[in-house]
Amino acid sequence: MMQRPRLALVTLLAGVLMLAIGQAQARLTIEVTGGVEGAQPIAVVPFGDRDGARPDVDIAGVISADLSRSGRFRALPPREMLSRPQRQDEVDYREWQLLGMNNLVIGEISPAEGGGYSLRWRLFDIFSGSEIRSDSLRSSARGLRNAAHRIADQIYETLTGERGVFATRLAYITSSHRGRDARVTLRVSDADAHNPQTIVDSAGPIMSPAWSPDGRRLAYVSFEDNKQSIFIQELASGRRERVANFAGINSSPAFSPDGGRLAMTLSKDGSPDIYVMELASKRLTRLTDHYAIDTEPAWSPDGRQIIFTSDRGGRPQIYRVSASGGPAQRVTFEGDYNAAASYSPDGRSLVMVTRVGGRFRILVSDTNGGSRRLLSQGELDESPSFAPNGSMVIYASQNNGRGVLSVTPIDGGSGQRLSQEAGEVRDPAWSPLSP
Amino acid sequence: MIDRPLLLLLLAAATLALSACATPTTPPLPETPSAEALDATRDSSLAWADRAEERARSPLDDPASPLFRKVVYFDYDATTIQPQYADLLRVHAEYIFNTPGAKVRLEGHTDERGTREYNLALGERRSQAVRRFLMAEGVPGERLTSLSYGEERPANTGRNESAWRENRRVELVY
Repeated sequence: MMQRPRLALVTLLAGVLMLAIGQAQARLTIEVTGGVEGAQPIAVVPFGDRDGARPDVDIAGVISADLSRSGRFRALPPREMLSRPQRQDEVDYREWQLLGMNNLVIGEISPAEGGGYSLRWRLFDIFSGSEIRSDSLRSSARGLRNAAHRIADQIYETLTGERGVFATRLAYITSSHRGRDARVTLRVSDADAHNPQTIVDSAGPIMSPAWSPDGRRLAYVSFEDNKQSIFIQELASGRRERVANFAGINSSPAFSPDGGRLAMTLSKDGSPDIYVMELASKRLTRLTDHYAIDTEPAWSPDGRQIIFTSDRGGRPQIYRVSASGGPAQRVTFEGDYNAAASYSPDGRSLVMVTRVGGRFRILVSDTNGGSRRLLSQGELDESPSFAPNGSMVIYASQNNGRGVLSVTPIDGGSGQRLSQEAGEVRDPAWSPLSP
Repeated sequence: MIDRPLLLLLLAAATLALSACATPTTPPLPETPSAEALDATRDSSLAWADRAEERARSPLDDPASPLFRKVVYFDYDATTIQPQYADLLRVHAEYIFNTPGAKVRLEGHTDERGTREYNLALGERRSQAVRRFLMAEGVPGERLTSLSYGEERPANTGRNESAWRENRRVELVY
């Protein structure tokens, strides 16, 4: 704590601004891309305001937007509803059958004792005419959007059997333009692009944001004072620590699944190699020692393996090494450029960048590099990572010559494109599931 | 491979050749720096950044000087220095060697194709290649620092072959 004012001063001098609580920022625009065939019709009735509740968030609207954006559901616009039930005894199933709905959600919001709000909601199956789930939760006035996302997650999970990721967040880099004097920021927003917060704002490049497993900290790479360093920043307080500031490359941070270690690329001993830092002691262990480029480490979900990119065989390919050290084994053999691989949350697949006919695309494979399947069709797609439920991949791509983010479901269906009104957005990282 | 004594001999020859056609703005410097000269070097390195007026007259800023060019370009995915840049780098090696306090940051860059982190490593490999060349020409390593920006700072923001060619580079930043 003693060091904080000094640190802030130093970083201000370097032209870097850290903002503990970001001001309102331009948020990314989300478009749904691709077809929505097979989307399930669902009606989310506007929640009833009880006992003088005056929420400034349209709870049902947020839930509907979440479900529709997933491509798995098609929410009925409220103006097409024949009635707006708020309690179970007000529901007329035949009415919703007529509208072709599979499911119905109703709910109420009321002021909670001691401040904030109570929300109560019910999910019905229209065919069987029965309630299939109901729940209630409390929320602060400021947390209402998040409460709506959590309800959407529960509805999504009940109906698809897969965890929802609506109450998660995205970290990404924005750049005012592509030139060398661009203003670069690291931002965090909700998964629906609302509530964008600036975490760091710099005149120098910022790269490779990585979430801690508890979702409270971000590691990133920043160029300040003509040097490159890895920082870990606590989101709530804005306090940050420079954890790697060696000669040469300090980059590609990746938290271990237990949060206690940080894998990284350092070139302090010659060429870029993979190191693991124990965060409590800052003790470094060198995992690879090769004159080739070794970079882009990523942990297996069980924390026992690290995959990385190396050109030790002449071309960049994916290799795997035990997190405790030892010989590295080559994982990918097909293609002449495979890089930036990471694991799916269940540890059964990898996502990576591959070069196909001079184009860089996103590819999903099994953990041995087999069963390769292209997921994107761009020219310069990069920085892929799985959503925390493993159902989608987010990556950076180009749209009309501008950097945008793309979200593509693993098993087909509609995707999403997130873009900024002006400038570039890149280097996305999806937060872990909220506890 | 050229061994080190021969390299030094070549360097000495190049030094003579260059001093013969040195621009008048280059101050004459002693061949072997004395202890006082080394101290002066230390002082002048402190003042280096502040001496903007003097630097404005430096050959580094003179379009007629070969030192005006400070960028070396690379082939796609390649990190070896192409023969056409050898003369340029020799002139810079000479200048750094002979200019007290001169320090150079070698900034490595790549085009935007490929992953950002791999490109960062590729940019460093390029700056290391230039560093090794300059050191082989006699420049002390402590006068040189390397910094890779990877694909983060394109010189040309276009998204085509000719823009990419301009972005695969090492810049000598004095």
